[in-house]
Amino acid sequence: MSTETALFSIQNLTKHFPVKKSGVFNNQKALVKAVDGISLDIAEGETVGIVGESGCGKTTAGRSFLKLIEPTSGKIIYKGEDITNLKPGKMRPLRAELQIIFQDPYSALNPRQTIGNIISAPFEIQGITPDGGVKKEVQRLMERVGLNPEHFNRYPHEFSGGQRQRIGIARAIALKPKFVVADEPVSALDVSIQAQVINLLEDLKREDGITIVFIAHDLSVVQHISDRVVVMYLGKIMEISDSNNLYSAPRHPYTKALLSAVPQADPHIERTRERIILSGDLPSPMNPPSGCVFSTRCWKAQDICHSKTPEMVQVGQSQVACHFPE
Amino acid sequence: MTSLLEISNLRVSFPTDDGDVHAVDNLSLTLNAGETVAIVGESGSGKTVTSLSVMGLHNPRSTKLSGSIKIPDGDQVIDVVNDDAEKVRNMRGRVMSMIFQDPMSSLHPYFRIGKQLAEAYLVHNPGKKEEARKRTVEMLDLVGIPEPAKRAKDYPHQFSGGMRQRVMIAMALMNTPRVLIADEPTTALDVTVQAQILTLMQGIQKEFNMGILLITHDLGVVAAIADRVSVMYAGNIVEQGSADDIFYRPMAPYTVGLLNSVPKITYGEKQRLQSIAGQPPSLINLPSGCAFSPRCTYIENAPAGSCAATLPDLVGVSSSHVSRCHIPESDRPQVFSHVAGGK
Amino acid sequence: MLTFVSRRLVYAAITLLIVSMAVYAIFAILPFDPAALTCGQHCTPLVIRANRIKLGFDKPLWEQYWMFLHGIFAGRTYGVGSAAFHCPAPAFGYSFNDNMCVTELLQQKLPITLSVAIGALILWLIVGVGLGILAARFKGRWPDTASSVFVLFGTSLPVFVTGLFLLIWVSIKWKIIPISFLGYVSVFSDPIGFVKLFILPWITLAFAFAALYTRFTRASILETLGEDYIRTARAKGLSEKKVLRIHTFRAALAPIVTLASLDFAGLIGGAILTETIFNLPGIGQWTLRSVYEFNLPVVVCTTILAAGVVIIMNLIVDMLYAVLDPRVRI
Repeated sequence: MSTETALFSIQNLTKHFPVKKSGVFNNQKALVKAVDGISLDIAEGETVGIVGESGCGKTTAGRSFLKLIEPTSGKIIYKGEDITNLKPGKMRPLRAELQIIFQDPYSALNPRQTIGNIISAPFEIQGITPDGGVKKEVQRLMERVGLNPEHFNRYPHEFSGGQRQRIGIARAIALKPKFVVADEPVSALDVSIQAQVINLLEDLKREDGITIVFIAHDLSVVQHISDRVVVMYLGKIMEISDSNNLYSAPRHPYTKALLSAVPQADPHIERTRERIILSGDLPSPMNPPSGCVFSTRCWKAQDICHSKTPEMVQVGQSQVACHFPE
Repeated sequence: MTSLLEISNLRVSFPTDDGDVHAVDNLSLTLNAGETVAIVGESGSGKTVTSLSVMGLHNPRSTKLSGSIKIPDGDQVIDVVNDDAEKVRNMRGRVMSMIFQDPMSSLHPYFRIGKQLAEAYLVHNPGKKEEARKRTVEMLDLVGIPEPAKRAKDYPHQFSGGMRQRVMIAMALMNTPRVLIADEPTTALDVTVQAQILTLMQGIQKEFNMGILLITHDLGVVAAIADRVSVMYAGNIVEQGSADDIFYRPMAPYTVGLLNSVPKITYGEKQRLQSIAGQPPSLINLPSGCAFSPRCTYIENAPAGSCAATLPDLVGVSSSHVSRCHIPESDRPQVFSHVAGGK
Repeated sequence: MLTFVSRRLVYAAITLLIVSMAVYAIFAILPFDPAALTCGQHCTPLVIRANRIKLGFDKPLWEQYWMFLHGIFAGRTYGVGSAAFHCPAPAFGYSFNDNMCVTELLQQKLPITLSVAIGALILWLIVGVGLGILAARFKGRWPDTASSVFVLFGTSLPVFVTGLFLLIWVSIKWKIIPISFLGYVSVFSDPIGFVKLFILPWITLAFAFAALYTRFTRASILETLGEDYIRTARAKGLSEKKVLRIHTFRAALAPIVTLASLDFAGLIGGAILTETIFNLPGIGQWTLRSVYEFNLPVVVCTTILAAGVVIIMNLIVDMLYAVLDPRVRI
């Protein structure tokens, strides 16, 4: 796929956060390179998973895709149009098509608004009256995400975590978006409820053709729901892989380490497998290692890894940023 | 008493204005030396309440406890539920220790970690400051903190998440306890760090021949380190057995549902997850009969009306494997045959 | 730490400068002639003009302000020749109503206000924090109930009610303490006289504040007791006493330091009601009177003092916090 045919495309996107270090009169600025030059093309109807450990920049990346955080540099292209520098006013009509689902179903809903108000807010903001009226449409949406439409007038605290996440999803799909970023949508949920929400997202994708960017730290969940998986580390993309091949053929050493670290719900696999234990801690994103950012913890690293940043190369069905891919 | 921990018929409830919250109902469990027993369940299943009961950490003014939790200490056996609070306090941190989910909030932010570790030793060895200092450095070294003598002078916020959990483990080991209770020890950590901590826990268990009571919701972690597993739902143990029993021969519908809910990375080609419909029940108003029955997909395989009428007993499938279900045991392998994890 | 303090001191100086300018500007826009207020009944246009020139009110505003600033550091002489009088540095001006340099007046008023504030602070901290600890420790039992009754009274009775009540009973009915202020005595020269002088204002102020502090301390301790690290402390096998003393108090009382220093700073600006009830010639009464009398030099001086105390107390709080909580080490 190329940028021309992609529904959504980002090119060399960076987001640097300045951090103050104070002296008596002057402030020296340090930069946290949360996202540091990532490029990705997403086809219509595709689900792309972004996975990585805390501090890898996946959440910042997801939010800057939708310009909820203004990127420092790089391009965001939606339907062939460069929306990177679009003013908020021009951006508003597009917001209907670009939506986000948040992680925490508890804090993402206003506790003083009824579910009906929360789900109908997008209509008001965009000034749209759906066919048959707002209330009918909201009830249809509630039914769509598996909520009882009669609970229209209830408040968020009357719902469980899983149901609240359904409310968040109903709000996000109210305006029939084309592109949805789901930021850790199931991390706060119990296993059985998590499966319900994953299935719901899969249904939405299949039936409404929504393109989804699914961000999570749980590799099993990401692999399960995604067509392609993007592995991030310290603000950079390490590997983009077809999800079916991810487990059988990881190309990047970090992907391999990540896969080996995820415990499987299968004692036989667990007893026989060799876990790759990465040494040390994640380096500071204020002062990332030179060359390949993973080089300080990589068991395959050689001199070139510490000096030269690897380019993305195609290996099998994966694109991988490594000097010595598997 | 040959085991390290024997919980019999434990009941825990918390009186509230709306009625009693029945957190744990009639739970029995044993833990032996060198063994890891996992309690698996979702939020509200009673797993954390159980672990706090074993430590005797419930506020006696707001908790109703019955049954017994017996832990041998030298040549006597202490019952955490019924014995004097002072006796139980004297065992905490010495005979049984605990590590928690969030190592950041579990360490006191104001004190150097060396002080916090030494304190754990000094509680049970008053006055032995020199030994406490030595032991602190020794334990920090054991759990893999580089430059332990120097790092002992640091504060918790100066450590990374994984290092903090190592510090917590070192603190739990200060008096070489026989029982280690690990309540979601890796839930707040990244997977690669989780792998480090799990490996560390296994190494330490071997070294001290400790019994570990692992509390978790993560079936992957259970598969990785548990020898035996208890599955809890709404305060009841619904199934108990060896790890292989639970993962490959599950006999309770809830266990089956849980296993089917977990996405498995190994498959490559994907199947739709089989989620459990509905929500966990309120612990104040538990459904009559089997608490899982309103969500159970196999209910028609049980004798009509039995699930809503009575809570089934924990019945032995084999000598080590018990489960709670009205579906006739002989039918269950057939009914549950689609379990995704099957060998 | 040193960079932090020096940086904050610079900010403090800038803030004070802006505050003084603002006060100056406000008084400049007010439609009255400051010189006319300097002579009371004996005013004739001639005297007013002479005083205007003497005090520099004839000069443009910015120049007046500059002279004021200069006076703070170098002292200031008003008038010329034999009629001239000098206020030594730091000079905040000259009060015609009292015929004294403002700084001299301040030297009289400040000890009184400080005595009231410091004594009350100590009293309310002991009572408030003490009751708060008891209430938290015995939550839901009688000490908790008793302290909540205290809190109810303390928060609902205004200072003038408590003050007048004390005055009527202790001074008038029982005649333990004289009603009128007979002059300030230092705690060092006459401790008993000092206590007698200030005990009623202390109780009055402390009663109101202690109630707030009881409630705050109780809440803060209960919140801290719910922290994960307290559970860890218990899991170590520490006794409940040690859990409270070693692990809870320091964390729970840190926010009280902030509260106390800001409340204290507020009192330095003047506990007007209390000073009025007990007829104490402190900063509060003085400021109030000066505002009525448009006594610019005094108002400027006390405003700057109040602002300065707040700023300094804030700085002290931040430094104390750094000592208490290693996470905010600077």
